[in-house]
Amino acid sequence: MSRSRAMDLVVVGGGPAGLAAAAAAAERGMQVLLIDQGRRLGGQIWRHRQSRELPPEAQQLLDRVRTARVTVASEARVLDATSPRELVVDFRGRVDLQPTEQLILATGAMERFLPFPGWTLPGVCGVGGLQALHKSGLTVAGSRVVLAGSGPLLFPVAAAMARAGAELLLVAEQAPRAALIGFAATVTRDIGKLVDAASYRWAFARTPFRTSSWVIRAEGDDRLREVVVSVRGRERRLRCDWLGAAFGLVPHTDLARLLGCDVIDEAIAVDALQRTSVEGVYAVGECTGVKGDAPGMIEGEIAGRAVTGDLPAARAPKLVHARGAGRHFAAAMARHFAIRPELRGLATPETLLCRCEDVPVGAVDPTWTARQAKLYARVGMGSCQGAVCGEACKVLFGWQNNSARPPLGAPMTGAWSDAIGRSGS
Amino acid sequence: MTDDVTITVNGVPRRVPADGTLAAVLLGLGVTAFRRDLGGAPRAPICGMGTCHECRVRVDGIDEVRSCLVSVRDGMQVETAG
Repeated sequence: MSRSRAMDLVVVGGGPAGLAAAAAAAERGMQVLLIDQGRRLGGQIWRHRQSRELPPEAQQLLDRVRTARVTVASEARVLDATSPRELVVDFRGRVDLQPTEQLILATGAMERFLPFPGWTLPGVCGVGGLQALHKSGLTVAGSRVVLAGSGPLLFPVAAAMARAGAELLLVAEQAPRAALIGFAATVTRDIGKLVDAASYRWAFARTPFRTSSWVIRAEGDDRLREVVVSVRGRERRLRCDWLGAAFGLVPHTDLARLLGCDVIDEAIAVDALQRTSVEGVYAVGECTGVKGDAPGMIEGEIAGRAVTGDLPAARAPKLVHARGAGRHFAAAMARHFAIRPELRGLATPETLLCRCEDVPVGAVDPTWTARQAKLYARVGMGSCQGAVCGEACKVLFGWQNNSARPPLGAPMTGAWSDAIGRSGS
Repeated sequence: MTDDVTITVNGVPRRVPADGTLAAVLLGLGVTAFRRDLGGAPRAPICGMGTCHECRVRVDGIDEVRSCLVSVRDGMQVETAG
């Protein structure tokens, strides 16, 4: 075990919010370490292989981070924390203790997956999952693609598939049309978002976009061959190569929960300066409520200023106003894209619930708690530690699972236990 | 365009683009069984960002490497479940 150089601030997560936080604090003279799991900074929304793929706002923010001399650790992740001031970090396989005065969590969000027959077939993935794989080098040109999900993420992903030359057959939104209209009404003041939505829709203009529509099942052999979709009450069968099916995003809060931060309605609870319930720990961006990249950058800016003690700068009226708009947007999104009850009944008793431990839906009793499901049926006990089925259990059975256990995210237990001096198993 | 590298997948050398993640490259090569479940059914990545753990393969002798989190490297030895 060794101890890395102590920092004034560690920022966990290199997406828009984390980048803004790191830049703002470093520009004010702090020694900042930015820990990011990705190969390149930018998070999921700015995932890229070459920097020319990045939008101008991303380029500018990355320039700020470089100019402000933020120390960047890519392909690194936080495994554990002995306290909010000492993290256990896996730096590309070398596990070290990382002391820090303060901490900003910018851990983002992940997709909400729900089980349906055939969801374990290769070729079935998330909506953002398909986008991430595409941005990481998967060629979709000439492939038949169906997207079935919920919320604003469908639009950029559909546009990206169409622009990349995929044969996009259908985009299914589970929410009803009225919900979309209600949601659009809440963002009418934000011309930029409406322009984005229109340009995305234009990009996949030849593909039907259907509300009140969702995947019923996927069929295939060694991989996906066909998908059956309920389109406004009528079943449609589509032959396809890729199905992107996930139902919105949920805040990624495992590190926050490990640190003991309050989590309310699945999001890390923060005050107007982005402070969590734990002293010295701030949280910004999607992990405090899913709202998009621009409001996330505002929150990052606020926290990055606040950690330096420059509270007047953190409370600049322009930031306060933009932060409020972002939280309003987050609330509207959660309200209008609520999961419809039909999606809870897609899985049959044979459909796997926990993909890691191969536990079918029929093997669990809905009257159990999440803890009982772990003890009796190993639900959420596998490699992903419930990252996928935890959300599904919440939607299907109302199970709340607020425990977070180290090492976060995965194996490499040997190095982790060496680093913190615990006996390995 | 980017340079290609050579990786070995289940003993077969393959030329692949150098700038992709291993998961994306394997999907591009038509790999469906990154791993297999207890019943022998093939599994492939669903999240593409390190969360789902479905993309685990053996890389250079190390088991359980999440292929969506690593870049391809010239000479990389990869073993999937078929």
